[in-house]
Order: sequence, then C-alpha cells, then structure tokens
Amino acid sequence: MRGIKDRVAIVGMGCSNFGERWESSAADLMVEAGYEAYADAGLEAKDIQAAWLGTVSSFRTGQPLAEALKLDYIPITRVENACATATDAFRNACYAVAAGIYDIVLAVGVEKLKDSGFSGLAIPEAPGADVAPPTPPPSQFAMAATRYFHQYDIPYDKGKLTLAEIATKNHHNGTLNPKAHFQREITTDQVVNAPMIAWPLGLFDCCGVSDGAAAAIITTPEIAKGLRKDYVLVKGLGLSVGAFGVLRDDWDFTHFPETVKASQAAYEESGILNPRQDIDLAMVHDCFTITELIIYEDLGFSGRGKASDDVHSGSFTLEGDLPVNTDGGLKCFGHPVGASGIRMIYEVYKQLQGKAEGRQLKKADVGLTHNLGGRPGSFTCSVAIFGSAE
Amino acid sequence: MVGIINFGAYIPKYRLGADTIGWHSNQERSVANFDEDTVTMAVAAGYECIKGFDRGQIDGLIFASTTPPYSEKQCAAIVAEALDLNENLFTSDVTDVLKCGTTALRSAFDAISAGSCGLMLVIISDSRQGPPRSETERNSGDGAVGFLLGSHNVIAEYEGFYSVTKNLLDNWRSNGDPFVRTWEDRFAIEEGLENVLNDATSAYLLKYNMKPSDFARVALYAPDGRRHTSLAKGMGFDDNQIEPPLFGFLGNIGAAFAPMLLAKALESRVEGERLLVASYGDGSDILGFKMTQDTKLSRDLLGVTGYLESKEILESYETYAKWRSVWDVDDGSRRPDPQSPSAIALWRESDKNIKLYGSKCNSCGYIQYPMQSICVNCQSRDDYLSVRFSDQQGNIFTYSMDYIAGSVDVPLVITVVNFDDGGRILCMMTDREIGKVHIGMRVQMSFRKLRVVNGIHNYYWKSIPIRGVANAGN
Repeated sequence: MRGIKDRVAIVGMGCSNFGERWESSAADLMVEAGYEAYADAGLEAKDIQAAWLGTVSSFRTGQPLAEALKLDYIPITRVENACATATDAFRNACYAVAAGIYDIVLAVGVEKLKDSGFSGLAIPEAPGADVAPPTPPPSQFAMAATRYFHQYDIPYDKGKLTLAEIATKNHHNGTLNPKAHFQREITTDQVVNAPMIAWPLGLFDCCGVSDGAAAAIITTPEIAKGLRKDYVLVKGLGLSVGAFGVLRDDWDFTHFPETVKASQAAYEESGILNPRQDIDLAMVHDCFTITELIIYEDLGFSGRGKASDDVHSGSFTLEGDLPVNTDGGLKCFGHPVGASGIRMIYEVYKQLQGKAEGRQLKKADVGLTHNLGGRPGSFTCSVAIFGSAE
Repeated sequence: MVGIINFGAYIPKYRLGADTIGWHSNQERSVANFDEDTVTMAVAAGYECIKGFDRGQIDGLIFASTTPPYSEKQCAAIVAEALDLNENLFTSDVTDVLKCGTTALRSAFDAISAGSCGLMLVIISDSRQGPPRSETERNSGDGAVGFLLGSHNVIAEYEGFYSVTKNLLDNWRSNGDPFVRTWEDRFAIEEGLENVLNDATSAYLLKYNMKPSDFARVALYAPDGRRHTSLAKGMGFDDNQIEPPLFGFLGNIGAAFAPMLLAKALESRVEGERLLVASYGDGSDILGFKMTQDTKLSRDLLGVTGYLESKEILESYETYAKWRSVWDVDDGSRRPDPQSPSAIALWRESDKNIKLYGSKCNSCGYIQYPMQSICVNCQSRDDYLSVRFSDQQGNIFTYSMDYIAGSVDVPLVITVVNFDDGGRILCMMTDREIGKVHIGMRVQMSFRKLRVVNGIHNYYWKSIPIRGVANAGN
C-alpha cells in the first residue's frame, strides 16, 4: 500500500464568501470559487481534465458544475457523503491523480441552503415508515453533551462555560476573516444565556447555516513545481464510516470512533506520531461546540476527559500551541454542508502559504482538516493532512 | 363457566383540574396526551390486562370505541399487532354507539359460550370531545379498559344479560364533526336515559328473578354525577351498592365508562358477590356477574385506582386546546411538511415498529434493536431470536430537549434508553415533566401516535416515566 503521501499537490484554491447569499445561485457560488482557484493556479477551464462535485442537496449530478463553469465535456462525478462531502470529493480527485489517470483535476464543494425558507437543514428523505424520532442535528449532539457532562461529572454551569469558550474563540477568529458568515465577537455570557435550541445546547453552541462554495485544483507534485513554489502537498487522507453506535448498548456517546479511526489512518499515512506536537493547525467540524470539545480528544489533541482543561488554558486559540479553526470554523465561517470540507482545506492552504492575513500563524507547516457527517453513532468522518512544499 | 379472567385499565396521566389556568372548574377530568388516541390507550389497557397471561392463547380481540381514529381500517388489527397477539385471531371493531363497550363484552361472551373463541380480549377505549367550554367538554374524560374473557379460571362468572334498543337522538356526531352534539337534556335524560335504563334493569331483574339488593355493586352509565345518583336510587340501589362514578376525577369516558366502573368494582370483591353493569346509548345492555373468588388488586397491576392516583394536573387549558387541535399550532415555518409514510415500509417493518422487536444473537447473545440481519457484535448472519421490548423497562442513558423541533410538546425530549436485560433504543419521550428528566431515570415503553399524514395514523413507541404510585416521584 503506497498511500497518498506526497503524491498529489494543491496548486490553486478558491472560496466564496459564506453567508446568506440571497443574490447568488449555487451556480454563481461555484463560479466565484472556481474562478478564484483558476486565477490562483494560473490555469483555465481547458486545463481541467476531470472534476468532482460535492453537494448534499443542491444538485443531484455533476452536470451543474459543467454548466456553471462551461467545462468541455470532461468527466464529472457528483459526491455526497453528508458533512464529509467536500473532503470526499477532494479525496476522490486526489486518488485519480495519484493513480496517474489525470494530471490536473478540479474538486468543488457547494451548498445553497438558504433558499429553503427553513431554519436548520431541510433535506428531504426517501419514503419510509417515518417512525424515526425527529432528531435534527442539535438534538443529536445535545445527547452527547448531556452524557459528556454526566460522565466527567461536570456541573451544568461549568460545562456550558467551557462550550462557550469554544464558541467565542471561533467567533473571534472569524472576525479576522472577511469571507466568514458572521463578523462579530461574542461573549461567553451571550453564549451561556442564549435561547435554548436543544438542551443543553443554546443558539451560540450551534454553527451557522450558510450558502457557499469552495474549489481546489489538484495535480502532481512535478506539475505543481512548474506552476508555483508554494504548492501544498497532501500527506494523508482518512475516511471512516460508522454504523454500530446506537445499536450497541455499551457505546458511551462521549467519543466518536469514526474520528478516532479516520485520524489514525491519516496519521499513519502521513507519518504523524504525536498529533498534538506534529500538527501546527487544525480545522475541525465544530457543527456544535460539544462536537469540537469531543473532537479534541478523538484526534488525540487532549486526553480523555481533559479537553476542558486545554480549552481553559487557551491551547486552541490563535496564540495557543495548536490553534483550531483559525478561520472561524463552522461556527462562524458558516456551514454550507457540501462546501465545508474544501473551505477547511482552503484555510490550511492559505496558512501554509503564509497568506492568512490577520490570523496568520507564526508556524504553519502541517495542517489538518476534519469533517464529521451524520449523527452520533453513525458518522462519516474524513481527516486530511497537508504539508508545505519543501 | 364463562366469565372475566382479568382486567386492566389505562387512564392518561394528565388532568384538567382546579389548578389548571383557564379551566374554570374544580372538577378534574382525564385528558389524553397529544400523542394518544383510542388505539394507543387500548394498547396500554391491553398490556395491563394480559400481564402474566400467555398472550399466545388469545384467539379473539374486540376493540370498542365511539372515537376510533379510522373510519375505514380496523383498529383491532393495530391493537393486536402492538400487543403481539397471534395472527390466527378473530377481530372486530364495535363502534358508533355509547353502549358499544357492553355490546363488545356480550358478543365476546356469546362467542366463548358458543365455543367459537376460547380466550378473548375486549378493550373499550374512548376519547369524546365536546365543543370548547361546553358541558360535554367539562364532564367528559379519556381512558380505556380491557377484559380478558374465557371459560377457565374466571374471577367473575358471566351470569346474565338483557339488551334493549331504542332509536333516539340524544347524543350524536356525524362524519367529520369533531364534537359530540346533544339534544336539550330534559328530553334526553327523562325520555332517554331514565326510561331506558329503568326498563332494561327491571327487565333483567324480572328475567333472572332477582331484586336490586342481590347486587353488591352496580356499575352504571350516566352523563354526570347528579344524574348518576338519582338514576341509581330510582332503580332501587342504595349508596353502598353504587360504584362511585368518578366524576370529578376521571369524567365520563363514554363507551368505556360503565366498563371502567366494572373494573374498579372488580379490584376488591368477595366470593359470591354479584355485580350489575348497565350501559346506555340507543338503548342499553345489562350484564350480570357473580364473583367466584375474593379479589384484591395485585402489586404489579395498577388497576383503575393506581391510574387514577398517578396523575399530573395540566398547567393551562391552552395546552389541552393545542393537544385537541382546538387551538391550531403552526410549526410550518420551521420544517417542511412531512410526507406520507410508505404503506409498504409500514408493512415491512411492523415487527420493528409496532411489535417493537429487537434481536438476540444466537451466536454471541448480543441484544440489539432493531433486529439486524448481521449481528452488530459478532457479524453472524440471520441467526437470532426476536426480543420484544414493548413490555420492558430501562434507564435513560442520555437525552436532549429540543426547543425547535416543531412539536406541540415543547421541548421535545429525545432519550437513549438502555433496557434492563440489554439492548438500546433511541426514541422520543412523552408524559414527562421537564424538570424531572435525568440520566438514570427509570422508564417504560408506551405506544403512541406520531402524526397523521395522508390520513395515515402513524404509531410507534416512546419512553415514559414508569406510571404508578410507587413511582409518583417520576
């Protein structure tokens, strides 16, 4: 097994502004992200040999990408893998290049969520018996929070405060990012006292629901060298799909095995031995504050039950030893589901190139992205690791 | 000897009462929760009724109600499946008239006497609605009662019957009407109730050469407390013979009213005592019973008494109005309208959804819900025994309380329940008091209506705090 390490490179990326993009269609968003990526790479539509389109509910096939970007009868595959959709579109694109089938390919993630008129996600389901309890994401992750507080004997007020620190951190980072959906600081008081969505999670424990698109152009390291010096290498791609969680009465609801497995695979592939030390920054799937807290432990950044301590000591802030969600995260950058994974890669790419402006980290050579799709017990989790060119 | 082998009651947890804002009455009445109907209440009463008995022996089920959820589609079939009864079962819905409960009982006794059925379950369930602020609304109640009938090991022998039919409009409800209509009560009571019941009871006594004093208890239908007393006294029964009609606690539960009083009377009796049941509605059925043994409410059966005591008073009339759709709740701005459930999926998954079956792996013993073709623990294929979770208890492992899920029951509590003997389910919780939900809370399962879409009443199981006196703290 050769793995993906150093076999493909990113030479261009684009990311639309995220937010309530009333004026823009999904196609407009793809053009915005795609043309930024072309310009960044110094390439054009005619250079793209194949493409992968990630979207959860905005389109059914890859065809709308061809239509939007006027791609010239090239192969396009639509990928859907819940919140890991964009990263998985990116992953498949990487594998096609690594396999030597294509030299230059495009991965695009897009979602147009705000046209539905509903708050939250409103994705139609296949016909069925329809007896499953209505458990939108906040309710699902609230169950993890309830159990986490119980298992580690964390009083409600203290637990809420820890979660609030995660939310305020991500909002702060988002204010340094002009593309983020939300552009203001929030206080822990605001978070703790916000209206309840799914107890114990309040409004500010939940990420934004946004429109947006992001794009990446992937090629071989050899071709990349000819295009730019500061290309970014893919070091590892882990994907883990779980199904057993709620079927097992001994699963604890306080760790997500899919994150553990996907990160182990990516660490092994990229040669990371100590993630807390070896990784300089991470974009993780903070769909809810409790999710980010548990992810710290599942990725091996914090010991089991110890993530709160690391939050309180500021480890994951821009000034900390392992900054997490430097671009604002899902919480503040927003979460157009099928675009988020490539948005995360966009931030890692910019940080590794030293182009992250006001939020630029001093040391940024190895970055990680992480997506968690589905629900506790049956996630689809992707972890990707990137490194600077030599 | 044909008679009653066992009985089981179900009274919803909630009451309108003196402390209910906007109720304007000191009289309590029972109120079905927003997710209860006559089918779900019948299932709950049925479970009480067959507790400790071999349900595999039951070969007949009659569901009786004036308020069945379907106009075409048998409710007994839903109840039978939720009770996990055998398929070689005679079933019938007896509906449309207030006396349908006793009609069902008499029919069942006839079937058993004729040898056409051996062990029968009769469940009477009603939830009649009066217009807002009407006397019917004030006096009515919701509840269900079931009887296990057969010819062996009976606690009360079926001694006799007398039925009359009188075509009379005193209470009626046409197709599509939400509320029961009533004619001016002087006519309805005097010409209807009093004459019919007096005549029917007298005829019964004459038929069997008995007198009022032969009966220890009389379970008598009446629309309110005052009429009940005057009617019973007019028929020659005195205070200590009258089974108290529970007005002010339960309310008039329609077709289940006289049968519920019979169940209450059966809780504590002495061998040899006689009971008389008198129903009313387009005539009357009189049924007579004689105790074959002393009875005392057993520990594991809540009985009518236990269900009456296990209650919560609703905070406001507004909640009740929302539950009964008198007050329209618009949650359309939050979620898209639900689509129709697939009749095919409902049929295919009935073991999972209606019988609440999980599986226990024959290879490794792991218990899982729902049934899995491939064992989640050892990956054996199609090698398992079915496990029924509907009558199991468990603990809440974790939970959430959703304030935006667009239910009338805000917040919507979602629970992960670990069953005592293994197995886990993620399900909604109902009949819960928000401040009392906690990890480790004891729960049981309750059959409830999720929603009605495309005219399909979609049922499934939810967790509830364990009902009962010992668990009143729940």
